[in-house]
Amino acid sequence: MSDGQLIALSMLWPALAAVAVALLGRAPNLRDGASSVATLLTFGTVVQLVPRVNSGARPSLTLMEVMPGVSLHFEVEPLGMVYALVASGLWIITALYAVGYMRGHHEENQTRFFFFFALAISAALGIAYAGNLFTLFLFYEVLTFSTFPLVTHHGTDAAKRAGRVYLGILVSTSVGFLLLAVLWTYFASGTLDFRPGGILAGKLDGAEVPILLGLYAFGTGKAALMPFHRWLPAAMVAPTPVSALLHAVAVVKAGVFSVLKIVVYVFGLELLQEGQASLWLMYVAAGTILISSVVALTKDNLKARLAYSTISQLAYIVLGAALATGAGVIGGGMHIAMHAVGKITLFFCAGAIYVAAHKTEISTMNGIGRRMPFTMGAFLIGSLSIIGLPPLGGSWSKWYLALGAAEGHNEIFILVLMLSSLLSIGYLMPVVVRAFFYEPEPDAHHGEHAEHAEHGGHDEHGHHAEHGEGMHEAPFLCVAPICAAAVGCVALFFTSQYLHALLLPIAGGQ
Amino acid sequence: MNAHLPVLAVLTPLLSAPLCLMLRRKLAARFFAIAVAWITFAIAISTLQAVMQAGDIRYELGGFAPPLGIELRVDATNALMLLLVSSIAAVVLLFGPGSAGATIAKGREPAFYTLLLLALAGLIGITVTGDAFNVFVFLEVSSLASYTLIGLGNDRHAPMSAFSYLIMGTLGGTFFLLGVGLLYQMTGTLNMADLTVRLQDVHGSRTVVLALALLVVGIGIKLAVFPLHQWLPNAYSHAPSVVSAFLAATSTKVMYYVLVRVLFTLFGAAFVFETLRADYLLMPLSILAMFGGSLAAIYQTNLKRLLAYSSVAQVGYMTLGLSFASVTGVTAGLVHVFNHALMKGGLFLVVGCITAQLGSSDIARMRGLGKRMPLTMAAFVVGGFALIGVPATVGFVSKWYLVQAALEKGMLPVAFLILLSSILAVVYIWRVVEIAYFQEPEAEAKVSEAPLNQLLPTWLLIGSTLFFGLNTDVTVGVAQMAARQLMGVLP
Repeated sequence: MSDGQLIALSMLWPALAAVAVALLGRAPNLRDGASSVATLLTFGTVVQLVPRVNSGARPSLTLMEVMPGVSLHFEVEPLGMVYALVASGLWIITALYAVGYMRGHHEENQTRFFFFFALAISAALGIAYAGNLFTLFLFYEVLTFSTFPLVTHHGTDAAKRAGRVYLGILVSTSVGFLLLAVLWTYFASGTLDFRPGGILAGKLDGAEVPILLGLYAFGTGKAALMPFHRWLPAAMVAPTPVSALLHAVAVVKAGVFSVLKIVVYVFGLELLQEGQASLWLMYVAAGTILISSVVALTKDNLKARLAYSTISQLAYIVLGAALATGAGVIGGGMHIAMHAVGKITLFFCAGAIYVAAHKTEISTMNGIGRRMPFTMGAFLIGSLSIIGLPPLGGSWSKWYLALGAAEGHNEIFILVLMLSSLLSIGYLMPVVVRAFFYEPEPDAHHGEHAEHAEHGGHDEHGHHAEHGEGMHEAPFLCVAPICAAAVGCVALFFTSQYLHALLLPIAGGQ
Repeated sequence: MNAHLPVLAVLTPLLSAPLCLMLRRKLAARFFAIAVAWITFAIAISTLQAVMQAGDIRYELGGFAPPLGIELRVDATNALMLLLVSSIAAVVLLFGPGSAGATIAKGREPAFYTLLLLALAGLIGITVTGDAFNVFVFLEVSSLASYTLIGLGNDRHAPMSAFSYLIMGTLGGTFFLLGVGLLYQMTGTLNMADLTVRLQDVHGSRTVVLALALLVVGIGIKLAVFPLHQWLPNAYSHAPSVVSAFLAATSTKVMYYVLVRVLFTLFGAAFVFETLRADYLLMPLSILAMFGGSLAAIYQTNLKRLLAYSSVAQVGYMTLGLSFASVTGVTAGLVHVFNHALMKGGLFLVVGCITAQLGSSDIARMRGLGKRMPLTMAAFVVGGFALIGVPATVGFVSKWYLVQAALEKGMLPVAFLILLSSILAVVYIWRVVEIAYFQEPEAEAKVSEAPLNQLLPTWLLIGSTLFFGLNTDVTVGVAQMAARQLMGVLP
């Protein structure tokens, strides 16, 4: 198949899946089967692009010229390739997990859920392949609006409020800052195309570069840079597969991916190195890393803790972009993949605990590892990857990020990375320790359902009332994806050189 | 043949209007009016093609040579407006009366179609004529027809709001006529092309400045430029939805065209914006309109009023484009005129679908409509996206050129304000979306999806907001050509 066909097809499969889901709404098995098949087809199509990108080719596709000089244009480069692989790859296991979770939980409106889910993946791939800022912005907004019905899936007042925060922050930052930055770029450089080495060199005054960078960094609200991070914890009201999709794969990575891509292909690393235009962004990112890690320590709700951990981990990638060194951006690119797999494991586990034991608060999870050994084992592996210990994927991206800091003589940020690793031990390990080493509370599985009234209405308590001793795992379709994700964390440690080789061209020069 | 096109575009609806009344039967009148509107639309398309290929069309009415005779004159700007007005009329007329709760009083249907055709003839007349006094004549034709159209509504406030619109509209018309009179006194001609030449000799005169002021205030009232917009929310919200859709999409747009003609053709951008610095007045007022209109829209409890206030804000975007006095700015203004007509026309038709089912356009009563009327509400969401300016809709194209125009002038804060005000649109659109999709429907209400003859025209307009959001060849192409002509920059 030609390059253009592969690009079009890989975005088309999820869109077709959405249509199939809508049509097969009355036959749940066919519907979920169709969307699972589509995940495989999508991933299969995306994978075929990898060797081409690896060999230095840049597959591209131009659909139409929307305005003079502004076209709907796709071009796959290494960074987008990584993001597309992550998004489509993790969609396979998320789709399976979602089936297990939504059914295990007897959620309503599952057709609508899977419809927008597939649509969001299509939008994410559009972002990954975007060949210019217009295309990127278009799919960025599509992703925002297609995930809104997922965040507000339960339709409760809490969901509605969270939806307002979600849409409010994401839309106002993207329209107020990002669009302004895009238009400014177009005005200054006369083009919106992503080009190696950037398009802005020599087009802006020295003092304008940090301002434009700021508009981009804060404008991509999906990167959850403080103080525009509030939407991420708010979106935790969504069903867990959404949290996994949003907080590990599609949405947040779309944000940091955009920041990285803009730094590499719009500004160009050299422009940012001159005059230290991105120094302030390094400090903002470092501040976000540390502050959100500390906030994560204070959260007792597992999903909220994971959300703040995500904010901190996303800021790693922004930091990598702001360092504007070869190793920094490569580290950032690798962290997109590493964190995605690690965090999706943790969110899957949180969902599995909720389905099997109806627990959301960490303080009630004493001894849960004995009943859910697979889930909590995977949680341990995911945690270690987030912390950045070998032999898990997360260690490599941190290594390169630290290298990037050293390369630009900003050694202080190595310290920030180390401190943050310590903090992440502090907020992740207690969960594991409680699960495996604490005695289960005697009434742990009886009569405490009222505590979780906020999630009531959708719980089928009667169904799960009989928690005996011994193993009581979540449904198979939940546990299998969890184990797959955990294996992925380990596999990424040993295959990271391929990822590094793929990303090498974005460092420029070589 | 081509030379006759403009006059045909006026005469077809004008002469058909009385015939429509004679038909007396409801259905016959309806199909006759639809046929006339579509024929007019076809004429408009031919006119645009002729203008794009062969340049301006001139037609001497009755064979009397200008400046004594009346001249019809069509360039890219008029052709775009002609296309806009006739296409909206053609689509809006398709909108069926609906099963329940007809908004037009019984037995008045033939009169309704007659008046709509008359209003259409008047509006087309304004766009094609090259004579300043003739503009006033057609302005009164369309205005008188539209006062009556608003008064036809079943709403008991309709006559009152028609009356207050009549007072304001007459004031506006009078101001306009005074301005034209002064121009005639100073130059001895009413032909616009002639006026352009002769006015240059007397630009310094105070009478000419006064004439400009009178013209702008007169047009400003009819265009609902902030703070002369008070009549608009009442008029639009009490009129039948079809009438609101038609007027919102055409009447203010044509007045905008007149404003562009007066400022750029008659007086010239150099005089208006460099000597008189009219942008010092127009720009702040436009920005106030953008924020004032949107903020007022947020607090409305009635969907029609909400859309009407949003129109006030959108007119602000259009006049802001003019106030940049640049090719990009005027392009932005003209593109937005076209784009806004599509989205607002479509959205008012959505209200029409809803009102036909609910018998009311109160937002509070729209609980659960997302489930009961999925296609209608989907149209609302898409139209809302266009108002917000989400990429791939027409609103984005308008915003794109508007902000570019601001950046060209080095006005970064204005660019930021444009984007900021479009965030307000998210708030008022999403208020409705939340109620329609998150609240449970009233159990006893028997509400179902709108019939096909309502959905079809609605989706034609809403669909076109998507189509022209991705294919801007026609809209931006013609608008750019028009803007170059208006700014005196040769292509």
